[in-house]
Formats: sequence, C-alpha cells, structure tokens
Amino acid sequence: MNRIQQKIQEDKKLLSIYFTAGYPNLNDTVTIIEDLEKNGVDLIEIGLPFSDPLADGPTIQDSSTKALKNGMTTETLFNQLKDIRKTVNIPLIIMGYFNPMLQYGVEAFCKKCAEIGIDGLIIPDLPVDVYHEEYKAIFDTYGLINVFLITPQTSDDRIRFIDSISNGFIYMVSSASVTGSQSGFGDEQKAYFKRIADMQLKNPQIVGFGINNNDTFAQATSYAQGAIIGSAFIKHLTEKGTNQIEKFVKTIR
Amino acid sequence: MNYNVNEKGYYGEFGGAFIPEMLYPNVEELRQNYLKVMAEPSFQQEFNQLLKDYVGRPSPLYFAKRLSEKYNTKIYLKREDLNHTGAHKINNTIGQILMAKRLGKTRIIAETGAGQHGVATATVCALMGLECIVYMGEIDIARQAPNVARMKMLGASVIPAKSGSRTLKDATNEAIRDWINNPVNTHYIIGSAIGPHPYPDMVTRFQSVISEEIKSQLKEHEGRENPDYVVACIGGGSNAAGTYYHFLHEEDVNIIAVEAAGHGVDSGESAATSILGKEGVIHGCKTLLMQTNDGQITEPYSISAGLDYPGVGPMHAHLCKTGRAEFMAITDDDAMNAGLELCKLEGIIPAIESSHALAIFEQKPFKPDDVVVVSLSGRGDKDLQNYIDYFKI
Repeated sequence: MNRIQQKIQEDKKLLSIYFTAGYPNLNDTVTIIEDLEKNGVDLIEIGLPFSDPLADGPTIQDSSTKALKNGMTTETLFNQLKDIRKTVNIPLIIMGYFNPMLQYGVEAFCKKCAEIGIDGLIIPDLPVDVYHEEYKAIFDTYGLINVFLITPQTSDDRIRFIDSISNGFIYMVSSASVTGSQSGFGDEQKAYFKRIADMQLKNPQIVGFGINNNDTFAQATSYAQGAIIGSAFIKHLTEKGTNQIEKFVKTIR
Repeated sequence: MNYNVNEKGYYGEFGGAFIPEMLYPNVEELRQNYLKVMAEPSFQQEFNQLLKDYVGRPSPLYFAKRLSEKYNTKIYLKREDLNHTGAHKINNTIGQILMAKRLGKTRIIAETGAGQHGVATATVCALMGLECIVYMGEIDIARQAPNVARMKMLGASVIPAKSGSRTLKDATNEAIRDWINNPVNTHYIIGSAIGPHPYPDMVTRFQSVISEEIKSQLKEHEGRENPDYVVACIGGGSNAAGTYYHFLHEEDVNIIAVEAAGHGVDSGESAATSILGKEGVIHGCKTLLMQTNDGQITEPYSISAGLDYPGVGPMHAHLCKTGRAEFMAITDDDAMNAGLELCKLEGIIPAIESSHALAIFEQKPFKPDDVVVVSLSGRGDKDLQNYIDYFKI
C-alpha cells in the first residue's frame, strides 16, 4: 500500500505542508523535509518550481522565481531526493505544473518518482479528463497517486467523477482564489465544506488555500480529514529561515 | 488535412484545455455555448451591425501600387489599421462582449501587449457599460504610453503585471489569476488565438471576417477570390488566424506567417517561436513554446510589444508542423525599415507588428503576376515614439 493510503487510514487530522524546492536556498530541500517529519507533519508537498505558476499568488510565485534563480531544475530535485527514503518515512508528493513534466517525459518523470519513493503528484494544470485518457495507466504502473482539486464551483457530478478516479485524497480548494490570497472562512465556505462532507465520498478530503494558523486549521479539519498549508509556511521560511520549523508547526496544532 | 479545430479542441496534436480545476466551470460554460450563441440570428445581426456601423467594416482591400512597383509583384493591403481603435483587435472584442452579455457576465478582464487589445476591450466595455480591468506588463506600459492613456480615458483600470518578463506573457498570467479569483461574474476576453479551447477557435471565428472580406474584395479587383499568397504577422496569431481562415483549405493559396526575430533568431533576444520553440503547455493550451530544456518558459524579445510572446496559437503550431504555412522571421531592423518604407511609398504609417509582415518583400522574391495580400493589422500611431527613437526623427 502506498504511504499516502496508509496515512489517511490513521484516525487523526492530517497536517500537510507545501514548500517550494530550492527555496530559500538551493540545497534546503532535504533539511526541510526531515524537519517537517521530525515535527509531526503528516504529508509533504514538494513544489517543483515553474516560471509561470498560474494558480499561485505572489508568495508562491516569488518563491518559485527565487528557486529557479537559485538553479533548481527537475534533475536537481531528483538528485537531492535520491536518498530521501533512507532518512524519512513521511508520504511525499511532488506538486508542479505540467510543462516541466512534459519536457522531462511523463513516463520518465513517473519512473524517477517511483525509484525515489515519491508517493503522489499534484499537477494543477493537467485536467482530469486528459489525465484519465492519456496518463492514468502510467501513474498506475509506477504506483503513483494523482491528487485532483475541487473548488466551490465544481459540480456534484464532476466531484463524483473525480472521486471515482482518485485513490488517495481529494484536494479541496477552500474558495475561488489563487494560493495565499485570503484567511479565515466565512459562512459560504463552511456551507461548501459541509456540502462536500455530506456527499460521503470514498476519498477523504484535505482542504487547501486559506489555511495559515491554528484557527483556520481547526475549522477546516472539523469538516475534512486534513488541511494543507503553503503560502504561510513559505512566508515563515522567508522571515525566519529553515531553523525554526518546529516553532511554525507548533503554531498550527 | 483538417486545419480547423476538432470536437475535442485540438488542431492536430496542439490545443486542448490545460487549465486548473478552478477555471473549469468558466471554460466549460463557454465551450458548451459559444457555437450556439454565435449561430443565433440575433447575435449575428448585432455583431454584423456593430462591425459595420461602429468598427467601420468592411475595411478596404487596397492595391499598393508604388510598393508593388518596387517589388515587381501585386501587393494588396488589407486595411485593418483603418478600423475603429486602429487595429484588427476590435473584431474579436465586439464578438466577445456580445458573448459575455449573453452569458450574463458583468465584469470583463483582458490582457494586452501592445495595448491594442486593451484599448479594443476598454472600448467595447464603454460601449456596453461593463466594468473593465486590463492587465498589462510593466515594460509594455512604459513603451505603449498612449494606449495606456486611451484605456484609462475609456474607463478601464489598467493593472501592471510585475512578474517575470513584465510583458504580454505575464499580463496573461495575471488575467488568468484574476479569473480564478472571480469565477462567477467575470468574462475573460482573450485577445489572441491562444488559451484553452474554445478560445483559439472563438477568436479565430470572430477575426475570420478579415478573410471573408478579402475574398469578395479580391473578386472585384482581380476577378478571382483567392490570392496566391496571404501574409500576416504572428505573435499569438489573431490577425493571422482571421486572415488565413477562409483560405486554410484552398490549396492554391500559399500562407505566410511572419514572426519577430528580434535582434536575430540566434541572438538570444527573439520571439521566433516556430524556430526556437518546441511542444509545450502555455496559458491553457498545448502549442509551440519557447522554453528551456527543463520546461521553464523563456522570455521572448521583440521591438514590437504585440509580437513579444513566447508561443503561437495552437492553430498556427499545426500550420507550422504540417507545412501548410511558411514561417519567416523578421528582425527589428528589417521591420522598422519596412515600416518607414510604407510611409514613404504609400503614405501609411503601420504598426510595428504589421511592419514585420511588410518586410518579407526584401527577403522573398515574388513573381510579377503573383497576387499577395498582406494583413496591415494595425496603424502606427501607438508606435510613434519607437519610430522617433529608432530613426532619430
């Protein structure tokens, strides 16, 4: 069983953290992963930086630009991660835009992920239907879980379809926005969380976008099995560097 | 060979809709409705009426006598520069604003490079009384100041795109982010034949009035509908798509696409996508794209803001890959000289984008009886400062 599938069977609220590989410094990747695991984080999303991150707000855009300037590439990331399974057991997901994967070769990319011990991928601009028709067989061959997004505007039918082809969790985008653009949840979002919870999907949901502290984490996980923090963690790394990760995690739960 | 979009939104291997889930409902709504809406008689009537009375169509097909004499061939100019707002862009924005209204949208966003599409969008928003937000690269704002002022006078908010190369590509990113943040009330008027399906096809159809008119006008001039060549400059490729559309499947018509070589194709400062690009995904479609080996999109360069884009529309990628169109690359210098030549020979100051298409006559010989139709996509008023600086006028 894939590490993501094992993790979601645990009876706990999951904290997932996103960071951009190569930020703040090119070679921080392994240290950040080890520290996040040590401090009790449940899942890690490793951002493969892209020049044109359409779905991201300024914080993650800036970290991506910096990471690319630092010299991060797909090959560099794979090299940094080649021995990662000797030191950590936490589920690892690579999150990135489709074009760098397309250039690496989707099959070669998936093969490399499997060799390293990556458990899943999140590719915001690879649509569900294209994945289903063209790439699902490759992901299955290499035992990779592909995580799909749903939003408050996603229809029930489409959510059911996404649920039917997911085999890990569903990434529930909390509101119509790019990353890092708001905080706190209003009635509209709570109604949306409840609507999804009531659908009794086979895959658990993990909420992302707009989670930045203890309060928003608690609210999100009162409806869903977990929550993802991205921009708030990047801001922490920008301000405090990589040696106070414990402090950050403790402010969340 | 089919050069039009197929039912899945592809031109050969190019096209599709590579969009984040957040945009799916908007794009899907458009995909399901665009052909239906465009086919409605009331839509057709309103669209054609506005093109006639407001834009000033049909735009003339002008036989450029002195230019033809110089190059010893028959050159016709399709005068999109004479449209209201000064370029072909208005054909598409009229169509899309009518589409947006029928879909119940109240807020319009757009990206712009040279500012022509931004002005054309601000214009139709003023005409229809809709809120208008235009994203424009910070560098383009500096080099296209008159168009920025026009947009503001027309009531639009112009928001600078400050990321990346701060040009058209980045303005497009910002517009897409805006659409993600405003998924219900907003329509995104894409100005070029790019973006997720159905945009390339929808924009092409609205621009196809250009080639429709060329056919009937050429019939009057030459007694035949088909020229030997149709020529247009290509950034994303909306004027080109409209200029080619009704000739795509006419085998006796040669298609020439003119890209911006910037300081030279091999200079590292160029926007010649057909030579420098390879298959990739940008702004929601799979197309030819300038990028690093690692799949990072590279920053293009051209003196012309409207051609300063690292990709081409998926239809053009298909025309390139299949060999249906001949692609040529024209440097800044050659384009500027061709622009000035048109001023002196014909009394027409062209947009620098269009000057690229005019520059092919120095490079490619045509026969004396060849009929060559060049899309003069825009007028040069907006580029006056660039011409002044370049020629030290």
